[in-house]
Amino acid sequence: MFEKYDPREGKRLQLMDENGKFTPNGGPILNDDELLDAFKKMLYARVADEMAVSYQRQGRLLTYPPLKGQEANQVGAVLALKKTDWIVPTFREHAAWATRGVPLYNLLLYTYGNEEGMNVGKDFRILPVSIPIASQTLHAVGIAYAMRYKKEDSIVLTYVGDGGTSQGDFNEALNFAGVWNVPVIIYIQNNQFAISVPRFKQTAAKTLAERAFGFGVEGVQIDGNDIQAVYQAVKLAADKARSGGGPTLIEGFTYRLGAHTTSDDPTKYRSDEEVKQWELRDPILRLKLYLISKKKITEDDISKMTEQFKKEVDEIFRKVESSKDPTPEDIFKYHYKEMPYELKRQLNEYKTYLEEGK
Amino acid sequence: MKALTLLQAVNDALKVEMSNDKNIIVYGEDVGVEGGVFRATEGLQKLYGEERCFDSPLAESGIVGTAIGMAVAGLKPVVEMQFDGFVFPAFNQIVTHVARMRNRSRGTWSLPLVIRFPYGGGIRALEHHSESTEALFAHTPGLKVVIPSTPYDAKGLLISAIRDPDPVIFAEPKRIYRSVRQEVPEEAYTLPIGKANVVRVGDALTIVSYGAQMKEVLEAAAKLAQEHINVEVIDLRTIYPFDRQTIIDSVKKTGRFLVVHEGPTNFGVGAELIAAVNEDAFLYLEAPPTRLGGFNVTFPLPRGEKHYMISTDRIVQKAKEIISY
Repeated sequence: MFEKYDPREGKRLQLMDENGKFTPNGGPILNDDELLDAFKKMLYARVADEMAVSYQRQGRLLTYPPLKGQEANQVGAVLALKKTDWIVPTFREHAAWATRGVPLYNLLLYTYGNEEGMNVGKDFRILPVSIPIASQTLHAVGIAYAMRYKKEDSIVLTYVGDGGTSQGDFNEALNFAGVWNVPVIIYIQNNQFAISVPRFKQTAAKTLAERAFGFGVEGVQIDGNDIQAVYQAVKLAADKARSGGGPTLIEGFTYRLGAHTTSDDPTKYRSDEEVKQWELRDPILRLKLYLISKKKITEDDISKMTEQFKKEVDEIFRKVESSKDPTPEDIFKYHYKEMPYELKRQLNEYKTYLEEGK
Repeated sequence: MKALTLLQAVNDALKVEMSNDKNIIVYGEDVGVEGGVFRATEGLQKLYGEERCFDSPLAESGIVGTAIGMAVAGLKPVVEMQFDGFVFPAFNQIVTHVARMRNRSRGTWSLPLVIRFPYGGGIRALEHHSESTEALFAHTPGLKVVIPSTPYDAKGLLISAIRDPDPVIFAEPKRIYRSVRQEVPEEAYTLPIGKANVVRVGDALTIVSYGAQMKEVLEAAAKLAQEHINVEVIDLRTIYPFDRQTIIDSVKKTGRFLVVHEGPTNFGVGAELIAAVNEDAFLYLEAPPTRLGGFNVTFPLPRGEKHYMISTDRIVQKAKEIISY
């Protein structure tokens, strides 16, 4: 399917370059209206992300993992899926959540320190934030097995980072997916750093995509900052998966413009110059240049839109700030369908203590 | 009714439940064609097809990790870890996801899955084939841990585990897999998880145990009875959530308490049960509540395992110590 883009031959799928121009092999995959919609979604994610970082700096939000620079990998991929397809995220996929339609309130509430934020219901078909690195890729393979077993027309997309490819679970997930030939896409957001450790220290392989071939799985490297390349690759891989063609490993070559989390200081491990180079390849910038050239949008529209998004995010965050903290019951009652006696006993003892303190 | 070994009862439970519920999927290493190294899953692939019972790649984390996904999507995976000592590659998936998915999603996602494995020593095995890991799992919020000691219990408890809405670690006492036969109903039946079983009534001392260790405990009880010492024996059946009430009721009657288990003593199941006895029956005690557990040593290779295993005589001696305190 991706024969023309064999990563072992040093090829990378790119349809639109950093100047918003189609590459020789490229061309429009999404029409201009669809691109405008994708642009808005990326801009919304960018605004929400920058606001979250600023809330954290103001001491209003806890540790937050910024996704700035990686938006195309998420918006493009989720747009290429059906609503009934599953998403199995890590912890840096807020743009994927938003594109699927999950209220931003939920993610902010979770980041605010309340598990209730992950209570989004089953209909979005997105699993909760998963922090242990690469462990979630196996869950995706299991869901894919279930989809095929139940003869559902749904596939699964899971995210992992460049650092995650070093974990056993990533390798086991690729291996199980290959042997079972199940409908799953493992999408690596290669943002070049696992906290401070650069990509070349994770593996001696030239690309992360080529690691798929050792498992009998197809792998492709794409420009993860080119939303059309992301959309195209995920669409093709999803169609293949849906028609029984099995798993695909996609490596989105991208860059984390922000810190690993708000507790991280990236100046310790990378130069400002490097960051500046990548700012020129910003996924939002190139789409903006294209849409302006097509007269679909103006700089003025964008600043108005940005202001509007800021207002929306701020309203949502104020709601988060006025949310109630979990009660003692809340931290106990979701461990089992029915609370065992031992838990009830601990809870009651604690409640009695609280009562007596009044 | 058929007389089955504990191993056959496990197999029978899977057979019966799989015919009742097509969402049950059974897999693991050597589980499909061969029917497992102990044959616990023998015949299932023939009966229900390769989609429902199959050999997975040799990777325990992969087995449990994929089972999580299946359970999320509405299936009921019953996976096998080939031996107790090989559960550790899957430990991360079990403690970071299996145990937490319900709480992490505030009840949106639950994981009705079962992780089965043969546990315990006394079978002259290689290293890593004789471990008793129940305390590790019982200590992890969000898991249930079940250990049967008879064929009848094995079938009823495994069916309950499969039907349970929460994840269950189901540890099977491999030392007594084939040692006893017992009449087991052919149809499906359940035994409640979280409920202990008073298997012998007495008044001199309460002895709690579970799994393969029940064999020596019951032998000890019979020996003591010859000396007119009637001990009460409780089979815990479920390690977590454990049946505090049954234990406390018994200790209030006998005034003395001994817990016996093969797993290492320190920070073990016995420590937890003694704490419960102290909390709820302290004033009834006529002797210090006592534990007789495995040593806190690496489980020895076969030439040395006789020193590790808890014999009938050691239990008799410990019981007498407590009674004459």
